[in-house]
Amino acid sequence: MIDEPKCATKQEAWELEFAASASGKKRVNRSGIELKPIYTPDDWDASRFDANVGYPGQEPYARGIYPAMYLGQDWSRRMLIGFGTPEDFNRRQREMLASGTTAVNFIPCNSVFRGYDIDEVDPLLVGTCGTAVNTLDDMRIALDGIDLGNASIGMNDPSPFTLFAFVLLLAEERGTPWAALRGTSNQSDYISHFVANHMFYRLSLDGARRVLRDHILFVNRHAPRWNPLSIVGQHMQQAGATPAQALGFTLSSALYYVDQCCQAGLPIDDFVYRFTFFFDVSISLFEEVAKFRAGRRLWSRLLKERFGARNPRSLRFKFHAQTSGVDLTRQQPLNNIARVALQGMAAILGGMQSLHTDAYDEALATPSEETARIAIMTQNILAEETGLTDVIDPLGGAWYIESLTDEMEDKALEVIHRVDALGGMFEAVRSGYVQRVIGESARQFQARVESGEQTVVGVNKYRLPDHLDRAKPIPRPDPEAVNRQYDRLRRYKSNRSQSALERGLDDLSRTAEDPAANVYSAVIDAIRRGATHGEVVGRLRRDLGFGQPLHVP
Amino acid sequence: MSQNPPIRVLLTKIGLDGHDRGYRLVAAALRDAGMEVILTGPWMSAAAVVNIAVQEDVDVIGISSLSFDHLLIPGLMARLKSDGPENVIVIVGGIVPDEDVPLLIDAGVAAVFPPGSSLKDLVVFLREKVSADRNPDVAGAEIAAEEAIHD
Repeated sequence: MIDEPKCATKQEAWELEFAASASGKKRVNRSGIELKPIYTPDDWDASRFDANVGYPGQEPYARGIYPAMYLGQDWSRRMLIGFGTPEDFNRRQREMLASGTTAVNFIPCNSVFRGYDIDEVDPLLVGTCGTAVNTLDDMRIALDGIDLGNASIGMNDPSPFTLFAFVLLLAEERGTPWAALRGTSNQSDYISHFVANHMFYRLSLDGARRVLRDHILFVNRHAPRWNPLSIVGQHMQQAGATPAQALGFTLSSALYYVDQCCQAGLPIDDFVYRFTFFFDVSISLFEEVAKFRAGRRLWSRLLKERFGARNPRSLRFKFHAQTSGVDLTRQQPLNNIARVALQGMAAILGGMQSLHTDAYDEALATPSEETARIAIMTQNILAEETGLTDVIDPLGGAWYIESLTDEMEDKALEVIHRVDALGGMFEAVRSGYVQRVIGESARQFQARVESGEQTVVGVNKYRLPDHLDRAKPIPRPDPEAVNRQYDRLRRYKSNRSQSALERGLDDLSRTAEDPAANVYSAVIDAIRRGATHGEVVGRLRRDLGFGQPLHVP
Repeated sequence: MSQNPPIRVLLTKIGLDGHDRGYRLVAAALRDAGMEVILTGPWMSAAAVVNIAVQEDVDVIGISSLSFDHLLIPGLMARLKSDGPENVIVIVGGIVPDEDVPLLIDAGVAAVFPPGSSLKDLVVFLREKVSADRNPDVAGAEIAAEEAIHD
């Protein structure tokens, strides 16, 4: 008889067999959490079910913010549309609405993002990325035939929110009450722009803080179904923050914004339910699911503990997710369709409320019509063919997921505590701390790619010869259409009353100088009197300071 | 080393975009490789880039581009030819559509590094190019020496 090692338990037996056949390589996720080869009931205390997991729509919200999640309400299927002229946008938006997208998602061109009208920038750059919208006239064309009272509108519209002002004035024109407008001021989180997306960073930190406060106060009073603030983790994760860091920093920003509103006199339960979040969802599927589950738990707990929020509506961590562009490759671009499907699956399993799936060519340019359609059809497949949404929080209760959710929560909380110690997020970004942490994480990730430790298919492994790996040409703006844009802007400027315009801009300046007045009301009034997007931003840059990101040499 | 002053690189962004992950990674890699890097903020004008290149006496200008800012590079190259330092090597990194690469190469750009490029390859490329420019006759020998120093 051969002597075999005697194992007291099946677990010990497995451990021996595992050690004999596994490679021994340690697995660490993007957030730096070392993973075990297998998870068992020992990794998760089931007696904490009620306290840590529970049911969707109830505290601690780990499983979702609504009782029925996707069994009650579909998420918003959003597509990025942004190319050329307002006419192009209108045509594409109507087509996307017909093919299954349930929301309007407006992305302006880079000149608009930078706060300029098209006649203020190099003509070579006009119309290359998003839609050029400079005036109320332009927005009228872009949203022609789209029922403003019956759409969820995502405006990519940094401070001072001129595009939303266009929407408000357009609604007024059409007799749609402001109270009926639904949607979100995306890109309203100036802290995220200062840190990690400078293109959207227009006004100085102090100036942007003032305008955002006034925007929230205005929307709270006049457009109560509109979400005035979307706190963005996406830019930081795209810039290199790990998923846990992105969650921690984003919650720190959110806590700062909540505090600002409370200081302005709003009771917590009267406004915070209109705050939404916007996260990147990477291809690290389980980690992303755990990130979102942890985020829901943290947000509800922090709002209760720090601000005494009581209303269940306040405690819901509503978020939009965008599949991560950093994971996409320029090489073998069709492979990105597979990546996006997986990222989208992570977002669904993570319980988002709104999803943007990247088009496979989004690593190269703003998507074309065909690629945008594939991206939205990917969502349709995930939503309606796969059974992914048949069960709420289907990964809940898995020992790995519950344990990972706890660990992601701890990691994010560490980040929040460090930011607290620095005096809160505003100070932590002004000092450059957050930027340095994100830069370091970006370098570590790049080192893993360069060393081959992190595989990127088509980039550091499974490469194809160049001639098999050509990207399709990128469509260019039609020069005649761009010229018509210039003509329309010229006509707009010459047809308005110069004296009304000057009064509007002077009032804007006066309001900016008076901290007790609402500067966002003055933005709307200036536009009502004929000001363009670029004129409003230009005036506020003069009065409240130009937004120069921190230079980290 | 005294015969081989460090390679000086200006890394910059022009146009409207503000994504900075890429050129910050490049800056760190070039510094790790012993080069001197001057990193500017975003939205630089062509005139400002040329001025800094002259004042800082750089060997290389690296321009990071995303979302069509590369269309401004031919204009920048023209200005560089008239007002810039001699023998400066210009490279471009980031998202440039394949069909636009010839536009940049014809304007005098030495190379375009798309997303997914290896930082190691970039370091090797710059060492070879700068060596060849500084001393065309013994370029080969210098490369060998540099490699020996840094390996």
